[in-house]
Amino acid sequence: MSAISRDDVAHLAKLARISMSDAELDHLAQEMDLILGAVARVQEVAASDVPPTSHPIPVNNVVRQDVVRPSLTPQEALSGAPAQSEDRFKVPQILGEE
Amino acid sequence: MALNYDEAVAKYEPTLGLEVHVELNTKSKMFCSCSTEFGGEPNTQTCPVCLGLPGALPVVNGKAIESTILIGLALNCSIAPFSRFARKNYFYPDMPKNFQTSQYDEPICVNGYLDVEIETEEGPKQFRVEIERVHMEEDTGKSLHVGGATGRIHGAEYSLLDYNRAGIPLVEIVTKIVGGTGKYAPQVARAYVTELRDILRSLGVSDVKMEQGSMRCDVNLSLAPIGSGSLGTRSETKNVNSLRSVERAVIGEVIRQSNRLEAGERIVQETRHFLEESGQTRPGRSKEQAEDYRYFPEPDLVPVVPESAWIEELRATLPERPSVRRARLKSEWSVPDKEMTSLVNAGLLDAVEETIAFGAEPTRARSWWLGEISRLANEREVDPTSLITPSQVAEVISLIQSGELTDKLARQVVEGVIAGEGTPSEVIAKRGLKVVSDDGALMLAIEAAIAAQPETAERIRGGNIPAAGALIGAVMKATGGQADAAKVRELLLKHLGQFEKATGE
Repeated sequence: MSAISRDDVAHLAKLARISMSDAELDHLAQEMDLILGAVARVQEVAASDVPPTSHPIPVNNVVRQDVVRPSLTPQEALSGAPAQSEDRFKVPQILGEE
Repeated sequence: MALNYDEAVAKYEPTLGLEVHVELNTKSKMFCSCSTEFGGEPNTQTCPVCLGLPGALPVVNGKAIESTILIGLALNCSIAPFSRFARKNYFYPDMPKNFQTSQYDEPICVNGYLDVEIETEEGPKQFRVEIERVHMEEDTGKSLHVGGATGRIHGAEYSLLDYNRAGIPLVEIVTKIVGGTGKYAPQVARAYVTELRDILRSLGVSDVKMEQGSMRCDVNLSLAPIGSGSLGTRSETKNVNSLRSVERAVIGEVIRQSNRLEAGERIVQETRHFLEESGQTRPGRSKEQAEDYRYFPEPDLVPVVPESAWIEELRATLPERPSVRRARLKSEWSVPDKEMTSLVNAGLLDAVEETIAFGAEPTRARSWWLGEISRLANEREVDPTSLITPSQVAEVISLIQSGELTDKLARQVVEGVIAGEGTPSEVIAKRGLKVVSDDGALMLAIEAAIAAQPETAERIRGGNIPAAGALIGAVMKATGGQADAAKVRELLLKHLGQFEKATGE
C-alpha cells in the first residue's frame, strides 16, 4: 500500500522551502514510500512488551551544571556561513512570513 | 453602527487563553555552556550546539529544570514523573537547527491553577485561572530585516541573524480556557499576568522584565453569543509586552471580533500582532494550514525523571505567595495603596523589608528606597538594589534617627557609598560629615551671628520669632551645613529668652 502520496511530498517540500518539479515529486513519493516500508518492518518484530523509546540507552536525568564556558569567536561562528555582514549571518529575504 | 466595548460584551461572551513565555535567569544556555548575558556583541555567545552544527550534542542545564519545577509547584501543578523533550520542526532562520527543542505531549508540569483577584462593581472578586501546562524550551535568535521601509519582514531584501539569544532557557506557561469572566476579561487577563510575574520574581528564576522581553505574553481570545454555550474561533495576539497592553489587547480584540460578527463575517484563526500605539491588532500569518511542526521526541536528550524526594525538597523552599506577602507587609508597615504599588512595581519589597529588619524605621526605609536611591539609580539606569545594601541604608537611617546626620548630610553619605567611597561610617569619616551637635561649638557660632546682626537679635528679643530664620541661616552657613537646624533654633531662642514663647505658640 502506498502511504506517501505526491501531495504529502509537495507539502513537505513547501514546509522545507524546497522547490520541486512534478517529476521530482513523483520520484520522491515512491522513494519515501520504500523507506517507510523498510522502517515499518521494525513494527512487525516489536512485541507488545517492548515499549517505544526515543533513545537507545536506558538512561535518565543527564544534566550539566549551570556554568559558563567560552564561546566561539564571531569569526569562528561565521566561518561556515555562505554570507555574512556586520558579524551576523546573512540570509535571503524570507517570503510568505510575517 | 460599530459596537463599542460595553455593547460588545453585552452581546458576546469572551473566552480567554494566555500563553506566557519567560526567559530563565540561568548563567548558561539551556543545552550548552554559552553565556546568557543580555546585550553582548553579535554572535559572541554561540557554539556548535546552539548554532546547530553537525555532530554537536546538547546537554540539559540542571538549574533550568530546577527552576521550571519551582514554577510548576508555585502554580499548583503536578510534576510529571517522566518528561521528554521534542523537536518542533520549522524552517526559519531564527533557529539555526531548523527546529526548536521544546516539549510536546510530555511536559514537565501539568494541571495547576492560579487564583487572582480583581475589583468589580460588586467589590473584589476572585477568579481561578487553570494552568494547562508548564514546559521547557529554548529562545530563538534575533533577526534584523534589512531593506524595505518598515523594518518588517515584508519587503526586506535580506535578514541578518545574531544567535546570542538562541538557546536561552525559555519556559512556556499555558492556561486552560478561561471562561465566565464576562466583561471583566481584560482585568482578569491583566491580574493573571501580574500575579504570575510577581510569583516568578519571588522565586528568583527570571528577571521578568516585559519591556526587555524576558517575559512575553500571547493573548488568545474568542467570542460567542451570550448563552449560546459554544466557543467561537480564536485569534492569537502576539507582541503584548506590558501589563497594560495585556488589558488593551483583550479590549481591542473583543471590539474587532464583535464587529466582524455583527457584520456577518467569520473570524479567521490567525496570529495577530499587537500595536502599542493604537491598542489594536493587525493580522499576521494565517494558522489554518500553516501549522505543521512534525513534533517528535528529541533523540539527543534523555528523559527527565525527577525524584519525588527532590520535588518535595524544592516544594519546601517555595516562598510566601506574593499576594499574601503584600497584604502582610502592607498592614505591618501601614503603607498607603499607591505607595505599595510603587514598591511592588519597582521590585523594592525585599530591599525595604531587609532594611527594616536591620532596625530602620519603616516609613524612612520606604522613602529612602523609593526616593533618593531610586532617583540615583534612574540616573545611572541601574537597579536601585545594585547601588547600596539594605544594611548600609539602615545604618544611614539610624544615624538620622539619633540626630548624628541631617537628611541633607545623609544624602551625601548615600552618594559617597554609591560612588564607592566605602561604608557609611567610612564616608562620614572621609568627608567629615557629622552633624555639629557639640553645644559649645554651636553657641560660639550663635554668638558670632548675634554680634554680626545685632538688630535682628533685638527684634527676636522683642518677640519676633520668625526673624530667627536669618540668624539660624547664618549659623548653618558658618558650620558648613553640618549643624542640626532644629537644635540651632532651640539654642538661639533659649539664649535670647524666647524659646518658651516660641514653643508655646
